[in-house]
Formats: sequence, structure tokens, C-alpha cells
Amino acid sequence: MSMFEGLKFRKISSPIHSLDPRVKFFYVIAMFAAAVMYMEIIPLIALFLIQIPLIIAAKVTRQWIKSMRGATYLAAIIFFTNLLFSYFYPTGESFSYIVEHATAMTLRFVVLVESFSVFFLTTSPDHLGLALENSHVPYEFCFAFTTAVRFVPVLAEEAQTIMDAQKARGLELEKGNFLKRVKNYIPILIPLIVNAIRRSLELAEAMESRAWGATKNRTNLYELKLHRGDYVLTALTVLLIVLAVYVRLYIPIPAVSEILG
Amino acid sequence: MEKQIFKTDRKMPIIEADNLTYTYPGAEKPSIREVSLKIEKGEFVLLTGPSGCGKTTLCRCFNGLIPHFYEGKLRGEIRVAGMNVAEHAIYELAKHVGLVFQNPENQLFALSVEKDVAFGLENLGVPREEIRKRVDWALKVTDIYELRERPPYELSGGQQQRVAIAAVLAMQPEVIVLDEPTSFLDPLGAKKIFEDIYRLNRKLGITIVLVEHRLDLTAKYANRIIIMDEGKIVLDGEPRKILVSEEVHLMGIGIPKVIRLYQFLKQRGKDLGEPPLSSEEIAKKLRERLGR
Amino acid sequence: MIEAYDLHFVYPNGVEALKGVSLKIRNGEFVAIMGQNGAGKTTLVKHFNGLLKPTQGKVLIDGVDTREVSVAKLARKVGFVFQNPDHQLFCETVEEEISFALKNFGFKENVIKRRVTWALNLLGLTRYRKTSPFMLSGGERKRVALASVLAWNPKILILDEPTIGQDYAQKEKLRQFILQMKAQKKTGIIVTHDVEFVAECNPRVVLMSNGKIVADGEARKILTSPEILEKASIIPPEVSRIFLELSNIGFPTNVIDIYEAGEIILDFWEGKRREHV
Repeated sequence: MSMFEGLKFRKISSPIHSLDPRVKFFYVIAMFAAAVMYMEIIPLIALFLIQIPLIIAAKVTRQWIKSMRGATYLAAIIFFTNLLFSYFYPTGESFSYIVEHATAMTLRFVVLVESFSVFFLTTSPDHLGLALENSHVPYEFCFAFTTAVRFVPVLAEEAQTIMDAQKARGLELEKGNFLKRVKNYIPILIPLIVNAIRRSLELAEAMESRAWGATKNRTNLYELKLHRGDYVLTALTVLLIVLAVYVRLYIPIPAVSEILG
Repeated sequence: MEKQIFKTDRKMPIIEADNLTYTYPGAEKPSIREVSLKIEKGEFVLLTGPSGCGKTTLCRCFNGLIPHFYEGKLRGEIRVAGMNVAEHAIYELAKHVGLVFQNPENQLFALSVEKDVAFGLENLGVPREEIRKRVDWALKVTDIYELRERPPYELSGGQQQRVAIAAVLAMQPEVIVLDEPTSFLDPLGAKKIFEDIYRLNRKLGITIVLVEHRLDLTAKYANRIIIMDEGKIVLDGEPRKILVSEEVHLMGIGIPKVIRLYQFLKQRGKDLGEPPLSSEEIAKKLRERLGR
Repeated sequence: MIEAYDLHFVYPNGVEALKGVSLKIRNGEFVAIMGQNGAGKTTLVKHFNGLLKPTQGKVLIDGVDTREVSVAKLARKVGFVFQNPDHQLFCETVEEEISFALKNFGFKENVIKRRVTWALNLLGLTRYRKTSPFMLSGGERKRVALASVLAWNPKILILDEPTIGQDYAQKEKLRQFILQMKAQKKTGIIVTHDVEFVAECNPRVVLMSNGKIVADGEARKILTSPEILEKASIIPPEVSRIFLELSNIGFPTNVIDIYEAGEIILDFWEGKRREHV
């Protein structure tokens, strides 16, 4: 859960926050592509490090550390499955190579989480919705997206309240065998579903009352315009891809174990 | 001066219901029965009655949620701003009638206040510059301009409800209908909302229909009270007359304590003249009478 | 008896909802916890049945530390009716809904039957025994929720915002019920910001603001002090507002009851009384 906690957007102003979400998304994709290209530790470490200035510029270091900490659990799983895999299906490689390989796979995951958290920590869901709209995604989907984001905390709180209300009536969730435990959740699920339905009806009513669907040519309060920063990031991202491809193709990358001895 | 606006505009009814009967789909009995009423431009109408009396159903008829959204069976006719509700889409009516609901949480969808206020105008396809102008105006009128970039779900209930009001205000409707807008708010928050609504009525001449149980907090703002029971309008008139009528006491309506005190004194032969509608008013009368 | 000593509570998201609350509620007392939304009222009472455990300080229920027993065990003693009945109703019939807790607490079948009948009767729900709770009106659902807690006859009863969204007649019923409880010397706590309702029930008032208790005393004392109430964003009740306005011509300022108010005004009118004694 805490990995997602780290991805929660908070409104602050920074040069990174004001970047166009489409450009930032392009950057995430580029990072993703670059990370997938490599299985060696050194370039992956480089990919990890070059993102840190962005995080500092965006003033989200603390939340970022939080999300990275949240990711450690998954990272550990990736590391050990890789290790186990090489153990059960030996390819004749040395142990140090196996460890290095597992580390690289884990790093790859870490780099992905890092770039995604840069994106989500600095992009307001509102802007994201707008970016979707400008990318010709039908408005209904964009609206569904932003509304979902908006109601996640509300529903989480509601679930907690329902749980409390049933506990106050003597419900013990952890009691009984597996089947009983599953059954224990019925008194929580039913009110949750009923309330969600009721809530969505009210929402629909409010939307209709505010002229939902009046015209096909919907306008928007916000406008996405590319600024200088956006061009800079785009240029840097393109450069990164070119460099990544070049290194991949023409420069042999030594393994750490080789360097060390 | 304000009185004059009332008089000149009073000729034209903004809401006109004629023999309106409506049954929800699947329901056996109609929720409102043979409702006829005229609401003039600029009025401040307080609509009240016990739970389940049909107040909310009637509100839904004002902007076409009934019959368009709820379907069901509608008989009789209702005209709002000259349009037959049954023949016009909800979004057309939305330009004339704004609805504010009870639960602020379920009527705000956007992730920033100003985006929420803009929602209706965006749907209508109003040009961006115009949206910006109207959104800023609505935010200023409701005194939440400073909150414009905040996400609505982080605000207090009172602030959220103000966002909801600004959101309908931005569409510049002639009528704003509010269905128990303060039931989730604390007393001070509620009081501020009522004062805001009153200001919209006085300063901008917007017709207000307010559904509310707590007459003690609201009677002084209204120029008219409509009381419903079992789907029918049973009383309709000036607050000072309605609240002291005998019928109202039999209806299970919460009579303001000010009125109850006034009537207690009257029964003991102590007449304070015209019935008061607020604690300040009765205190003033008593001070005139008893002060040295 | 409920005792809280220097209670602090911080939510996982870092919000400090209670900042040092000490409070004692004796058996048979009837208390209204008041304050604006977000003052920490609900957070405080959720400590009384163990739904929340103190971050610092402690809460004792009849001398037992809430950290040492399960919610289920505490709930047997402390009944908690939530604000929104829709957060708890889930059964097919009202009868099942009311017996849910009784089953959880391990009551015997014949006892359950008796208790359900008793609770249905107490709240005037008998004719809905076999009805689905989802088919009932808001006011009725609220009563089902109340009945489902009363059924196990908890020693202490907590009602969270019982008057929200209720009309006059429903509030009146609730008031009768509370007065009855009070007469039977049952320990009761209501969490509310409904001043008029509190003025009519005349309980002990605990006023909260910003995670702290800012005043504690008789309703007629607290609800007639505008300076104290303002700290908690609460307006004095109607009767009190009238009398406060008239204090400069010698009216007493500590009146919240309408009948008392009527008599005092009459006395003044007839010249039986000039100054507040």
C-alpha cells in the first residue's frame, strides 16, 4: 500500500509540476524503453541516478523516498525469484554473475518505479485527464478517470467506517477458518456496494443537473500549451534514447564482477 | 429599492406547475399529487414538510430530472422560465435552474475547485475566456476565490457546499433550488450558507427555493413558506401568517421557538403585534415593551 | 465508567486529532459531546469501544485499559450507533439485522428471539420484522440501526450525530427515547452539533475544539456562553440568543428551556420581577 501512498499527488509548484503531462509521459516511456534495453548494472545505475535531479527540482524527495521504500518489498521478491530461478535452472554461470543478474533485474524495476513516481507525484490527475482529452481520448473516459481518482480516498474512508460500524456490532474479521473469514467480509461488502450504487446515482443526478452532454463540442477551462521547459525535456528525452541505443549497439558494457576482478 | 425590483418583476412566474402528479417507476403510489403552484421571479421560497412528503421529488421536477432522468409517470404540466419541462432536455433547463444537493461530497467531481465550478460551462461549450470570467465571478460572489486551486475533497463541508453553489451560479441561472444544503454542516457553517443564499436573492435577484427542516434558522430570509405533506401542498403563504396558523401545529413541523414564545405570550394576553421570525426581532419587541 | 487520561491520537496520515483529552464519564451520566466538524468528537468516542487505541495516554472502561481487550469484548459493554445507518445495514430482513450482533456475541437462540422482539417493540419497528431494511425510509433505517445496538442492552450507549437529516417528528421521537434513557440512569453519550436538540435534552455538555476539550459542564451554563461557544463554531440555542440580547434590561442569561423562558418573560411583563436574582 505504501508504494501507492508515495504516488499520491500533492499540489505544489515546481518547474517539473508545470511541465506538460504528455511530455512527462513521453519521458516515462523513454525511461521504460531504456531500462528494458539493458541487463547490466552500470547503465541501470546511470538511469537511476540521472532522474534524481528531476526529483529534487520537483521538491518531492520525501514522497519519492516513501514510494521507493514501499517498493522494496516487491524489489526483494524480484531479486530472490531471479536468484532462485538461476539456481533451479543452472546455465553454468558463476554465482557472482547470477547475483549480478538478479541485481540488474531488480534495478530495472526500481528505475521503472522511480520514473513512474516522478510522473505521478508531479502530475495533477486533473492535468492528466486534460492530457487524455487533448490526445483525442473520448471525454467520457477522461471524466471517468478523474472521477475515479477523486473518489478513491472517499471510498477508502467509507470502507473504514463500515468496518468500524460492524466491529462495533461484534464482528470479528480474523475469527474462524478460511471460509468463515471470507464470509466475515459480507457485512462489509454489502453496505459498501449499496453505498457505491447510491453514490453513483447521486453523482449522475448532479452531473445531469450541470448540463452533462449538452454539446459534442465541449470546451475546457484549462488549455495545454507547450512551454520552453517542455521542449527542453523533450530534447533531453530524445537525446537519452539515442544515447541508450548507441551504447547498446556499439559499446560493450563490462559486468561489475569483471571490473572487480 | 430592493422592494421595487420585487414589485416590477413579480408579474412573471418563473416556475409554474399545474396539477402535477408524479409516480416513480415501480412505485405504487404517486410521490407528489396534484401540485399546482406559481413561483414569481425574485422570490425566496422555503419548502418544508416531514420526511417523505415529496419535497425532493418536486425539486427534481424543477430542472427536468423528472421526467428525463427518473422516467416514471408524470401527469399535469410544469413550466420553468417559460419552457415546458417535459419537452426540454435537462441541459437546456440547467441554464435556467441550478440544483444544489444535500451531500456536498457527491456533487463535486473535479480535482480542483475552479475546474468543478467550470464543469457546467464546459459542458455547454462556452468559450474558454468566457468560462474563466464567469468562474472567477462565481468564486468571488461565494467568497471562495482563494480556494480555487484546492481539491474539493480537502475542504470543509461548508466550503464544499459553497463550491456547489458557485458551480450552479456560474451558469447564471434565474432560479437556484437547494435541497437541504446544510444538513451535514455545523451550525456556524449552516448559518453562513443561508446568509450567502439570501445575498444571492437580494443582490442578484435570483429566485431561491430552499428545502429545509430548520425553520428557526431560515424563516427570516423567506418571503414565502410552502408546506407539503403526503405529496400535496397543504399550506402556502407568508411566513408570519403560516407559522402562527393552527394547521401548521398539527403537521409535525418544527415551529421556531421564537414563534412558540410569541404564541405562549399571546395566549396569556400579552400581544407583541406582528409575529417575529428571529431572536433579534422578538428581543427588540420585548425590549421596546419591557425596557425601562 | 469511562475515564480518559491525557489522550492523544494521531491518524496514520499524520493528522493529530486529539491533543491531550482528559475526561471522566460516570455511570448513569448523560453527556453531549459538541463541537464543529473536525473537532475530534468522533475520534474521541471511537476510543470508548476500542475502535481506536490511544497514541499516547490511556482510556479505561470500568477500570479496564482499552488496549488490553478486543473491540468485540468492549462493544458488548459500549454500544455505538454510527451516524449513517447505511454503513451497517446489510441483512435481508430487519429481524436478521437486529440479531446480527446478538449472534456475534454468542447469545442463545431463544434469548436472541426475545431480545429482537423487545428491541423492535421499543423503537416501533414490529411491523417491519420481515421487511428488508433497504426498503425503509431514512428515518426508519436509522431506527433499525439503533435497535440493532440496543438489542444487546449495552451498559453505555454512544450515538454519533443522531439528528442529522432527521425531520422534526423523528427528532422528537429520538428526544423521547433519550429522556427515557436518562430517566433509567443509563450512561449515554451523544456526539452532535445540533444545539437546539441538546438544549431540549439538557445533558452535561463537553465542548471540543481542535482536538481539545474547551469546556465541560451543564448545558444551561455552556450553551449560554457565546464566548465559549464561538471557540467551537457553535451558535447558542434560540432561547438563549433571545435572553442574551435582553441581558441589558435585566434578563437572566442562563436560560435554554422554552417553558422557563416563557414564565420569565411573563414575570417581567407583569412587573413581578425587575432584575435577575
